Amino acid sequence: MVAEGVSAPPKLRLHDVTVTFRARHGALVPAIERLSLDVADREIVSIVGPSGCGKSTLLRLVAGLVRPSSGEIRLDGHVVAEPGADRGMVFQSYTLFPWLTVQGNVEFGPRLRGMPDRHCRDVASRFIQIVGLAGFERAYPKELSGGMMQRVAIARALANDPEVLLMDEPCGALDAQTRVFMQELLLDIWETTPKTILFVTHDIDEALFLGDRVYVMTARPGRLRDEVVLALPCPRTLEVETSEAFLAAKRRVLAMIREEAQRTTPEPSRLRA
Amino acid sequence: MRRPGRRYVSLARTGPIARRPRGPLSEVLRPQEAIPRRTYLRILTASAAALVAVWCVLTYGRLVAPLFLPSPTAVLAAGVAMAQDGTLLQHAQASLLVIVSGWALAVLAGVPVGVLMGSFKAVEALIEPVVDFVRYLPVSALIPLLILYIGIGPAEKIAVIFIGTFFQLVLLVADVAAHVPHEQLDVAYTLGASRGQVIRRVLLPATLPGVMDTLRITMGWAWTYLVVAELVSADRGLGFMILDSMRGLFTDRIFVGLAVIGGLGLCFDLLFKWLHRVLLPWSPKA
Ligand SMILES: Nc1ncnc2c1ncn2[C@@H]1O[C@H](COP(=O)(O)OP(=O)(O)O)[C@@H](O)[C@H]1O
Ligand SMILES: [Mg+2]
Repeated sequence: MVAEGVSAPPKLRLHDVTVTFRARHGALVPAIERLSLDVADREIVSIVGPSGCGKSTLLRLVAGLVRPSSGEIRLDGHVVAEPGADRGMVFQSYTLFPWLTVQGNVEFGPRLRGMPDRHCRDVASRFIQIVGLAGFERAYPKELSGGMMQRVAIARALANDPEVLLMDEPCGALDAQTRVFMQELLLDIWETTPKTILFVTHDIDEALFLGDRVYVMTARPGRLRDEVVLALPCPRTLEVETSEAFLAAKRRVLAMIREEAQRTTPEPSRLRA
Repeated sequence: MRRPGRRYVSLARTGPIARRPRGPLSEVLRPQEAIPRRTYLRILTASAAALVAVWCVLTYGRLVAPLFLPSPTAVLAAGVAMAQDGTLLQHAQASLLVIVSGWALAVLAGVPVGVLMGSFKAVEALIEPVVDFVRYLPVSALIPLLILYIGIGPAEKIAVIFIGTFFQLVLLVADVAAHVPHEQLDVAYTLGASRGQVIRRVLLPATLPGVMDTLRITMGWAWTYLVVAELVSADRGLGFMILDSMRGLFTDRIFVGLAVIGGLGLCFDLLFKWLHRVLLPWSPKA
């Protein structure tokens, strides 16, 4: 699971990417600056960072929803220029289509490609089963809780069989219990259908629990600080989570975040002045 | 400021506010709180009954001259008479024909234009100058021009309703389309949708609840334009009927006309709400 030797070409490569937005008054807002990142096939890379540091922008870049101002993104060596079904995304907010049932949402991707009805139904019911929502096929999103909606969104992304899965704080709006359940669900799913996953979160434990590698992202403009490699066995049981290696990794991540916070927040004395 | 010779009784000694006994009124008057359906219906009935009671007192008590406010029985009698001799139906039919055709034409043209305007900035820039100018023109100001162009037949009234409804409709629908969550379009792109597929399968269905609401609201406005048009120039229709009754000082017939217009408006409103529930069961407003 850990990144292989230097010779293996990465599944996903971001090379020296900069994104600058033009704000309303014409001012330039640098959201991401000179960011490079390689992700190996079937690897899970977590990215932690404070809100507003450019995490969503990073994922939208890979999805092809945002164009880099400079630099390039390559998937399997091909430059990413626009959105495509090979890069699925689970968004931070609830993005289910309210006019479609759970079934309709999950089979949205296969239907777009004109798959036969039978195939769409089978794929949908398989992934609805996997995320534990069997029996809710005919429910509309307005009848579901937040956690259920986010599970449908994950099933919808998976049913489209993307090569890379981009997850933007998918558990961010959920309560602690639901979040733990979702994290375990994600690892379970990964074991049956391994994907290359870029997972963004502001929760350190979540990043460590899910990732093969963890990056800390700096406050605006977003850059990646040193990586933390977790050479930990999978599945990540409670034992692994409380192991010395896990805690050491957590210490390193926390230290980096603390450094970042000190770098970006003004001195207390200046605040008082 | 305590003046000598007066005794002050402290009212502040009754304990914490939360323990003050709560009357039924304070239960019902909590902001945004739901109230039992029974209570709701009771208040509704009481309000309607009070209205009728005031009307009865004013008329049967001879507090207001029948010329200004006819009694409920007089209005009822006039209504029955007009229904029996067919005039009521004839006027109502004429009005309904005009309002439904003018409104339907405005919807057929206005909804697509509104969706385009809300979704594409280029279209917005193209038609905003026209729409923003015309929508501040009261339709009533255009009636003389329309009479000059089209004459005083039903076509002129249909045109009044079309113009009155169309521009408002375009702006309301544009607003609905512009507020479709951007992430719903993005998620469709990441599932492999083409631009055409995003428009057909995401943008259009996402606008349906808002468009449905807009249809209901604009139908209400269309009644206003209809009556204005019929007051200016007409030989039939509910607005004409009201004006004609005023000339003969038949106040009871005026009230029949008002009651029919109000009743028809209410029926349309309920019809749209019902359609919303039946056609868009998934909508949060259904
Ligand atoms: N479309 C945009 N136009 C202008 N500024 C944007 C746009 N999208 C994001 N930004 C800015 O870029 C920065 C990073 O945003 P985002 O990637 O959403 O952060 P995060 O997901 O880490 O909270 C923020 O300061 C945000 O205001
Ligand atoms: Mg974000």
